[in-house]
Amino acid sequence: MLAPVNVSLESLNLMTLAPMLIPIVGALLILVIDLFKSNLDKTLYVGVSLLFLFMDFFALYDASTIFAQDGTMLGVFNVMLIDGLALLSQFIIVIASMLFIPLALTHKRFHEFSYPEFFALFLFMIGGFQFMVASDNLILIFVGLETASLALYTMIAMHNRDKSFEAAVKYFTMGALAAGFFSFGAMVFYALTGSIEINQIAAVLAGNGYADIGYVLVGVVFMLASFGFKLSIVPFHTWAPDVYEGSSAAMAGYMSIVPKIAAFVVAMRLFEFLIHSGVIWLEVVLYAFVVITMTAANLWALVQTDVKRMLAYSSISHAGFVMAAILIGTTQANSALFLYWILFSFTNLGSFSMLWISRQKHLPDGQSSDHSYDKFAGMIKTSPMAAVVMALFMLSLAGLPPFALFWGKLYMISSAVTGGYTVLALIMALNSAIAGYYYLKLIVYMFMKEPVVGVNGEVYVSNATNALKTIIGIAAVGTVFAIIAVNPLLEFITAFVYNSGY
Amino acid sequence: MIDHILSVLIFFPAVAAVFGFIIHKDSMRAYGVAVSVIEFALALWLWFAFDSNVSGMQFMELIPVVPSFGINYILGVDGISLFIIILAAFFTLIGIASLTDTKNVKNMIITLLFLQMTMVGVFAALDAIIFYVFWELSLVPMLYIIGAWGGPLRIYASVKFFLYTFAGSLVMLVGMLFMAYFYYQATGVWSFAILDWYRLILPESFQLWLFAAFFIGFAIKVPMFPFHTWLPYAHGQAPTIGSVILAAILLKMGTYAFIRFSLPLFPDASVFYMYPIAILAIIMIIYTAMVAYAQEDVKQVVAYSSVSHMGVIILGTFALNVEGISGSIFLMIAHGVVSGALFLLVGVIYDRRHTKMMDQFGGLAHVMPRYATIFGIMLMASVGMPLTINFVGEFLSLLGFYQQSHTLTLLAGVAIIVGAIYMLAAYKKMFFGEITKDENRNLKDVNKRELLALIPLSIITIWLGVYPKPVLGPINNSVESIVQLMHDKATSVEAKIRIPNVIEGIVITRTPAGEAH
Repeated sequence: MLAPVNVSLESLNLMTLAPMLIPIVGALLILVIDLFKSNLDKTLYVGVSLLFLFMDFFALYDASTIFAQDGTMLGVFNVMLIDGLALLSQFIIVIASMLFIPLALTHKRFHEFSYPEFFALFLFMIGGFQFMVASDNLILIFVGLETASLALYTMIAMHNRDKSFEAAVKYFTMGALAAGFFSFGAMVFYALTGSIEINQIAAVLAGNGYADIGYVLVGVVFMLASFGFKLSIVPFHTWAPDVYEGSSAAMAGYMSIVPKIAAFVVAMRLFEFLIHSGVIWLEVVLYAFVVITMTAANLWALVQTDVKRMLAYSSISHAGFVMAAILIGTTQANSALFLYWILFSFTNLGSFSMLWISRQKHLPDGQSSDHSYDKFAGMIKTSPMAAVVMALFMLSLAGLPPFALFWGKLYMISSAVTGGYTVLALIMALNSAIAGYYYLKLIVYMFMKEPVVGVNGEVYVSNATNALKTIIGIAAVGTVFAIIAVNPLLEFITAFVYNSGY
Repeated sequence: MIDHILSVLIFFPAVAAVFGFIIHKDSMRAYGVAVSVIEFALALWLWFAFDSNVSGMQFMELIPVVPSFGINYILGVDGISLFIIILAAFFTLIGIASLTDTKNVKNMIITLLFLQMTMVGVFAALDAIIFYVFWELSLVPMLYIIGAWGGPLRIYASVKFFLYTFAGSLVMLVGMLFMAYFYYQATGVWSFAILDWYRLILPESFQLWLFAAFFIGFAIKVPMFPFHTWLPYAHGQAPTIGSVILAAILLKMGTYAFIRFSLPLFPDASVFYMYPIAILAIIMIIYTAMVAYAQEDVKQVVAYSSVSHMGVIILGTFALNVEGISGSIFLMIAHGVVSGALFLLVGVIYDRRHTKMMDQFGGLAHVMPRYATIFGIMLMASVGMPLTINFVGEFLSLLGFYQQSHTLTLLAGVAIIVGAIYMLAAYKKMFFGEITKDENRNLKDVNKRELLALIPLSIITIWLGVYPKPVLGPINNSVESIVQLMHDKATSVEAKIRIPNVIEGIVITRTPAGEAH
């Protein structure tokens, strides 16, 4: 006979669950609506999703005011951990999702948006990512990760093209492998320390002075491989370009931002204590990963003939660039990671949305991919406004001041300088120069070449509706006027990161 | 308004460019001229209100941008930057006024106005990051001008121009971040303000590395000898207006930045690197002069001669004394006027004949006497004839460097004679002798619109050659304070000797060096 468990409700601190539960309730509501009346228009589901995301946002805002006063909160048997990192990354996740979901309101009809399940899965995924970042319990992280990933695989497949099935299966296979690695890593750490909480693991390992360093390294290798897949770090990146190509442009843009920030936060929680407790091997390996990811992805991006694949490789390169923050590990570096990612999400979502509004349902004859460089030739003559906006996003991605990403790069390179990684700072700077070439290539096509015969300006905005234009407008404004937002953002982020002890 | 004159000077053209989108394309040229006239008038007002007896910064403005990271929008102007700003306004004006029939003239003028914003911004910024913002931003309009209106190889030329400069600047950015970090270590606050950095004395070993990082960024922009390969392409492919602005203003960003950043921040390193840089500069003078002699395209002759004269500017800058630096700043202005005018002149003949090959010409003095006269004046100025504007600058630069090394100065002097040879040879091929080609018999002489640009340039060339004091006075004042600052900051014995003490008994406030680590 088990003794009754006596836990007071206050000690559970159930409010820590509120931000995650809101999208999950939203998802269930969408399913219920569908039960009662099917064949409703996608606008309804977009609206409902947005409403729940707004509620989620306010719950987060509430939690962040509490955090600003009382510091880190634990809840639900100390499984939930609401600290600055969790809040910041959830803000990014929710805001990026709010920018993403109106992209469903396209002019043309696309298969996936006619299913309410798409929106339900979308909200489940957000809930999953939120759980993943708001915990240092490896099991809950795993559950969050898998919830989110499984929803994401399905959403990709729902795009209903040959290539999207291929993409979904590829992503699923790689994701399953990553999940396997993750659970193996977690198992090793559990065997070593008898705990699955990252702070407990850190305490036990520090307590015995890393006596079993060999086993720690085995665990680290599994974890590195797992996060390598999720963050598309070279050499675990091979799925990324194909998956980006197979999914819709909007989805690809979303995938380059939200899943990665969630993985970054977990990687930050797990790897930083390991690096700073003198696991030199990990530092060397991470250093190599960062440099190779940045450089190799840049070189691949140079030779792409399709803009979407180019942006896929560029996203890999940006992920490598940001991975440097985890290697450096100072408060400045960790703040730089969040600053960079916030600015990056505006710019990258904007540039993928530009591809999205030029999406053709059926490829014209003789065209093997939808977003080849040639398609954009002479765009300034046929569709000047769209060309200028696209050029803005490209310049920002290249890190040209004063556009958004420059400030992220500036702060990130500065953190490398401050952290004593001089060579890394130089490599980062030179990689930005290499990257300049392929972003410039698109600008050259748009502004300096003659338009392809038979293409009028409509093709570039064929998919545009007011909703999509609004999103692109928001992204463009965020890209151009980032300079105003940098200081408040930086102060906010630094305070949050510092108060979480990173 | 005079308190914010620098901000007005920077952003007036940008705002005007944005409004330019709604102007009808037939009225665009008039609009562009009107805007640049106002801008030029504002620049003259700045000169009028400028107190030439003050050596420090004037009309300073400060707006915090990212205060938690020490980035502030700081502007200010002293004798060094004042005239380059005026020159930038002037060249945009005559560039737009003399713009010949161009396709998409509306886009061209909007681009030029944006370019003007970035040019004035670079020379007025006193915060390293704001400087960097304008420095990088200036690449985009120029990329578009070369890439959209250039010759057959325009895309290659424009991308090469962009990437070369962009890569160099990123290395410089890392240097700037280091500098800010050292300042943070010494004082506990982040700051990118150049005037704050001036007070920081760094150990020589740090100076050497940081100097190198900044050098890469600046040397590519100048462009100095091993990094100059982008320039002939850019000039060769750019439309006339692009070449004019590039030679007259954009290249000056590099040499200006040497005086604004490298010398006062790293006095010991400047002395350490003085000879290597001087040798590079002399190679640059002689080598490009010889290359210029071998060219058959008159625009390439002018382009290489422009690079060659940039070498003299560098040499004067690294004389590290008042004569040399003042001379090099004066030569920047002179070079801007003269090479800008030469590119305009090449543009005049290109518009008529659509070729720039010298063997297509010959005997032009018979059919285009006024053109030949103005070309002659500018050519004399370019080779450094006394009583022309270039002579003053070249003489002072060489005089300055003579105090550091006699042999090297002699070499540089010889190189200027080579300069005379190729320019005169080019002039002979184009203008003297009989008219050999029938197409040249009925060429029209320069028209009113072209004279509008060329006459003021000729007047300036001779006026400042005869009486340079109004410009040289303020320059000299500010340079003296910079040289004094360098002397006081220098830590090594050699640097103390090489950099003269201008004024006895002035002590500057300084941040102790030892802690800066």
